[in-house]
Amino acid sequence: MIPPPTASAPTGITRVTLLKDLRLEWRSKDAINSMLFFSLLVVVVFSFSFDPSAEESRQIAGGLVWVAFLFAAVVALNQTWAREIRNQVLDAYRVSPAPANSLFVAKVMGNFIFVSVLEALMTPLFIMFYRLRALGPAWPLLLVAALGTWALVVNGTFFAAMSLRTRSREIMLPLLLFPISIPALLAMVQATTAILNGEGARFWIVLLATYDLVFTTVCLLLFETVLNAE
Amino acid sequence: MTETAPVITVTNLIKQFGRFAALRGVTAEFAGGKLYAILGDNGAGKTTLLRTLAGLNQPSSGEVTILGAKKFHDICDQVGYMAHPSLLYDEMSGMENLEYFARLYGISSGTRCSEAIRAVGLDPELVRPVGQYSQGMRQRMSLARALLNDPKILLLDEPFSNVDLHSATDMVHLLTGLRDQGKTIFIVTHQAALLEGAADEFVWMEFGKIVERTRELKRRADGAEPRHHTSPGESAP
Repeated sequence: MIPPPTASAPTGITRVTLLKDLRLEWRSKDAINSMLFFSLLVVVVFSFSFDPSAEESRQIAGGLVWVAFLFAAVVALNQTWAREIRNQVLDAYRVSPAPANSLFVAKVMGNFIFVSVLEALMTPLFIMFYRLRALGPAWPLLLVAALGTWALVVNGTFFAAMSLRTRSREIMLPLLLFPISIPALLAMVQATTAILNGEGARFWIVLLATYDLVFTTVCLLLFETVLNAE
Repeated sequence: MTETAPVITVTNLIKQFGRFAALRGVTAEFAGGKLYAILGDNGAGKTTLLRTLAGLNQPSSGEVTILGAKKFHDICDQVGYMAHPSLLYDEMSGMENLEYFARLYGISSGTRCSEAIRAVGLDPELVRPVGQYSQGMRQRMSLARALLNDPKILLLDEPFSNVDLHSATDMVHLLTGLRDQGKTIFIVTHQAALLEGAADEFVWMEFGKIVERTRELKRRADGAEPRHHTSPGESAP
């Protein structure tokens, strides 16, 4: 006799969904390969185009790095939901008792891991090609990277889900995501530039953390409506 | 709830996609423990009706009551849904797929997944990703996924499409067995002949409405199977 199914804890569903996404990405490598090639192109092309001095690099690196990561993240974000649309697998989730937000949090965490891996791989190349050296302590960059990456993926995952059923979703995602990311992008760039130049970045980091908090809350409140939209 | 009490009640159900009305006032009661074959031409509203019962389409107006609940989410763990696409991840094996979906229903036992796979005549040990399955195997694995949570109601959209006759007959035997255990089964199909003698009722749909319910498969003047056409100016969503 089969025991009657019981509702899984939302954290458990988030964990299995995240593991499933990591497994799918490990097998296909769709997102990580596309992101890597794109970022690599940006690093190489910009480095040959400008050939900046160490001082100039410190001024432009913040903008360059984050714009490259933003564009690369869009590739991963589109892939996230494309998997769920293929064979309409998302419908299997929708008819199950699993909460919508467990899926959202798992997707955000998955994208956070993918983009963080990209950043870890690309940062040494940025340092090498642009001869980057921070004038003060560089460890706050880790905090900026974590908060900045979360800002990109939380909104990106939400808007990618929103543009899921539109005909030209690859175009729609940047159109929705980029304008709303401007405050976060500004904070990321300013904080990175300030840290590289040995200046204080407290204001920008607090702004970034506030942005993350506000947008994560809004996305969690609205995701179920987006998931079940026809 | 007695076996013949209605498990699903649909009242004046209308579903519109833009200006196109896919369902135009469907009213019906479906008793428990029966196998219903939903038949009709393309664009008749069969899939829309099934998706609305499965909570995937929200009615534009009207009401659906399933197992006494008006909100699908309240009884979703008692419903199994199989769509025309497989609803499976191509990159994972059948067992990996089922283990994932089982967790969504709070089932952590791998035995349940193995049983569901064996029930549809597949091997749980098969490590090949679903993307490399034949269409027939994919359909059967999709049915196994729908059976995972041991549902009281099964909603199946074209379960026999691209399945060879032998496998389709096996699936019909499996489904009639499940019906005999008390499950209520809805099958949308164009292969009505497969369900002759197995289905308790044939529900005929036309232009978004249920036009007839028969105990026997009605032979049509132009052949046994429903015609495949869409009325002028209309298209299926």
